[in-house]
Amino acid sequence: MEKNQTTIAAVPGKQEIFITREFDAPRELVFKAYTDPELLLQWLGGQCDLTMRIEKFEARAGGSYRYIHTDPAGNEYGFHGVCHESTAPERIIQTFEFEGLPEAGHVAMETTKFEALPNNRTRVVTQSVFQSVADRDGMLQSGMEQGVLDSHARLEELLATVTA
Amino acid sequence: MTSTRRDVFQAIADPTRRQIINLIAQQPLNLNAIADNFEVSRPAISQHIKILIECGLIDVKKNGRERYCEVRLEPLNEVAQWIEPYRRSIEERFTKMDDLLARMQKENGSNDKK
Repeated sequence: MEKNQTTIAAVPGKQEIFITREFDAPRELVFKAYTDPELLLQWLGGQCDLTMRIEKFEARAGGSYRYIHTDPAGNEYGFHGVCHESTAPERIIQTFEFEGLPEAGHVAMETTKFEALPNNRTRVVTQSVFQSVADRDGMLQSGMEQGVLDSHARLEELLATVTA
Repeated sequence: MTSTRRDVFQAIADPTRRQIINLIAQQPLNLNAIADNFEVSRPAISQHIKILIECGLIDVKKNGRERYCEVRLEPLNEVAQWIEPYRRSIEERFTKMDDLLARMQKENGSNDKK
């Protein structure tokens, strides 16, 4: 089976990022994976060297969420926001703030739409709108720090293997 | 912040400049030929081309008395590389989700017809 492609669109000079991805699963199921904390834990962690815990996750209008990623060195990266709307199985609108930034108050608004496709497939489109182009670009670059973290972790693994 | 920033990101921040790049990526053109493709004034196009040259995305080649604008695409790789780690971390997430969804569908079996 062909791998599902992820499209990331970030037009230079704009304040938004669009992420588009298709999944080989019906819309109800994909929506559940986005809103059920137990399921979120299984994929939102991303990198395998990060552990994730969810402090709270209330997928309903007016609810809020907070989750924390911990790296092997024990550094914690917190994220939180409030849910503006959670309409199963079609739409989630929420705010998003990374707590590790030098100053608080840099918040993005994320709208995620779930579109049913033929053959029980689903297309998910997330639009993140930031307060400034600089905030948006900072988010895009955050992956770079993560990439560095990843390679540090790999190096540690390698060193552990060598000394074992 | 002044407008002295001259890099590939500055170059492609403007929609007209992106169109100019697309246009001459197909074939080198002189200023007049480029300007013919746009509604904006020649001086405006000329200014955009000046910026693109300063950002390293356009080379000007002389052919007799004609001056042709040629695109240099290598700097654009910088843009692709810049976003690459972000893309990787997002893709790792989604790959995990593919696995999760496959497991869920297996467990549900055929009793969950949605």
